[in-house]
Amino acid sequence: MSNDSHDNAPSLSRRRLIQGMAALPLGGLAGAAFAQAHPTAKVNTTGLAVTDKEVVVGQLHSSTGTMAISETGSIQAEQLAIDQINAAGGVLGRTIRVIKEDGASDWPTFAEKARKLLVNDHVATVFGCWTSASRKAVLPIFEKENGLLYYPTFYEGLEQSKNVIYTGQEATQQILYGLDWGAKEKGAKTVFLVGSDYIWPRTSMKIARKHIENFQKGKVVGEEYYPLGHTNFNSLINKIKIAKPDCIFAAVVGGSNVAFYKQLKAAGITGNKQFLLTLSLTEDEMLGVGGENFAGFYSSMKYFQSLDNPNNRKFVEAFKAKYGPKSVIGDVTQAGYLGPWLWKAAVERARSFDVDKVVAASPGIELPTAPEGYVKVHANHHLWSKSRIAQGQPDGTFKVVAESPQLIEPNPFPKGYQ
Amino acid sequence: MTLSDMLNIALMQGFAGLSLFSVLLLMGLGLAIIFGQMGVINMAHGEFMTIGAYTIFMLSTFTEAKWPDLLPFYFPVAILVAFALAFIAGWVVEWALIRHLYRRPLDTLLATWGLSLALQQSFRSFIGPKEVSPTLPDWMMGSWAPAEGLDIPINGLFVMGLTLLVTGIVMLALYRSRWGLRVRATVSNRTMANAIGIDTRRTDRLTFAIGCGIAGVAGAAFTTIGSTGPTSGSLYIVDAFLVVTFGGAASLLGTVASAFGIAQTQSISEFFITGSMAKVLTLSLIVLILMIRPQGLFAARLRH
Repeated sequence: MSNDSHDNAPSLSRRRLIQGMAALPLGGLAGAAFAQAHPTAKVNTTGLAVTDKEVVVGQLHSSTGTMAISETGSIQAEQLAIDQINAAGGVLGRTIRVIKEDGASDWPTFAEKARKLLVNDHVATVFGCWTSASRKAVLPIFEKENGLLYYPTFYEGLEQSKNVIYTGQEATQQILYGLDWGAKEKGAKTVFLVGSDYIWPRTSMKIARKHIENFQKGKVVGEEYYPLGHTNFNSLINKIKIAKPDCIFAAVVGGSNVAFYKQLKAAGITGNKQFLLTLSLTEDEMLGVGGENFAGFYSSMKYFQSLDNPNNRKFVEAFKAKYGPKSVIGDVTQAGYLGPWLWKAAVERARSFDVDKVVAASPGIELPTAPEGYVKVHANHHLWSKSRIAQGQPDGTFKVVAESPQLIEPNPFPKGYQ
Repeated sequence: MTLSDMLNIALMQGFAGLSLFSVLLLMGLGLAIIFGQMGVINMAHGEFMTIGAYTIFMLSTFTEAKWPDLLPFYFPVAILVAFALAFIAGWVVEWALIRHLYRRPLDTLLATWGLSLALQQSFRSFIGPKEVSPTLPDWMMGSWAPAEGLDIPINGLFVMGLTLLVTGIVMLALYRSRWGLRVRATVSNRTMANAIGIDTRRTDRLTFAIGCGIAGVAGAAFTTIGSTGPTSGSLYIVDAFLVVTFGGAASLLGTVASAFGIAQTQSISEFFITGSMAKVLTLSLIVLILMIRPQGLFAARLRH
């Protein structure tokens, strides 16, 4: 939808006139006036940084520090989406201007920068955060200042805020389909759970254990957590060899992830002998792990770069054109790309930038152009989405082998799993 | 589970301990020279390892692009290059920074920590924030299986061999060479060493650079077991200091003994209890022993 009201900058009196016209309860007139019917005073009643020509949004990720490894993809994808939206005429006729802040992988810094974006810059919305720790740090600020955050990472669930839209999967969406697929296709009855030692793997494994024991009537033959950054998994691998599980279910992150797969391979546990399903390996991590170390193992995500559909082909092409042919797109990068589009759709449905109105308009927003395929915002602020299982290939790409037949309903507070 | 299975697991578990031992020793060796012999607290030690690791990554990328036929052979050469680059970097850092701070240990701590942050950000800006892995030669991947059900990781064997080699050379150099003699003289009495004509400044620079070079070799070796990223160094630095401090700062033998002790405790306890608890147990034991023996396992006998 193009709206050129900023090109002919209406005078004050003319703007009043248009306001008056739009207020008339006459359908035809209101429709005719639509192109110019979004005067700033009307679409922004809460003092956000919106002018006739532009709307200011914030972007809050770590471009320095440990997390820069992971967050770079989200930064790039959000920027790409914003550029594309601007090229197509912006939001309610206004060009999006981005204020980029660096959370520097430090949670108090995230909180400070979030406050700056909301209180000083009055941004209309923020795209940002990656780790749960950073989200938890900014959450009270977004709730107090009534800001709006689009959060891209798949995460442990158990949260729902009026001020956050979660564009990644919550734990049950990512886990349950994968486990069911493993039980059905691979006959996995005994499962060994391995994770890094912090909230996301622990919550995810808790859900996995409940599902395996109570719903699948399978058996968990081991559950192990290792400190972040741990690089020696030989003892763990011996324990796995003793337990002989049908399935290794893994949520190991960061540098540990790489060491884990290299050492599995070195110990003779490879894809053609052992079924392994992970929650924490996207195309981004694959660069470090190396295709030959993950070949034959499986990853459970909602998005893979190799997804074969027209939306995704366009997205991958645009991404590579902007960031180079060697760039890769992981699950979170794609979820980051959804944020600006979902926000644009909600703003246009609300016909306002006001956070309360955008939030109220969000449930039910559909995005048929999403690279992962059709998604829809649920009343609980998470997305309906499909889950996929893909197998790692020796060249470091993923081959999608299964896809949930229907969109999976987000359920951040699953009953029977806590 | 049969008896032979249990025997296999026991053997592999024993190897896991030895493999961790060689990793810790290789990490600690460079630091033992710099911190132990010179008393310089080098917080940027981990970044010198990262330099070594990135060297391997770049050479592997280069070899793959230019001479793919040489891929099976590049690794040993790359380790030498890693040593050379880290050595040069160490030489420059000593000249530019460390030599001005020898009498101010706390300032050294701060300066090298700053250096470490600066290096991390340079890696991030110039090489890229994402973790990378070099393409390893095929002969280094996978496992050696002398019997059914017994898999010995080849990369573990490689790191072990390299550690033995480097430790041997360092021991020989320190106790049998002119340089070693000068280092030991400088350590035990700097003023006197100066007085009898030893160029202690030159000795310091060479020692620091050699320590950094060994860190580079360690980093190069670790590309076979983990990944390389801008902050990889910070993963290793704590363990490296732990090994050196626990062993007794000025004693190379102490470093070997402490690496062995920590590795075996960690690896065996990891097998019987969970990974995180094993770490807790190992660290508690170290704290306890250091409370009883603050000077570490092997104290150097110094004349003051």
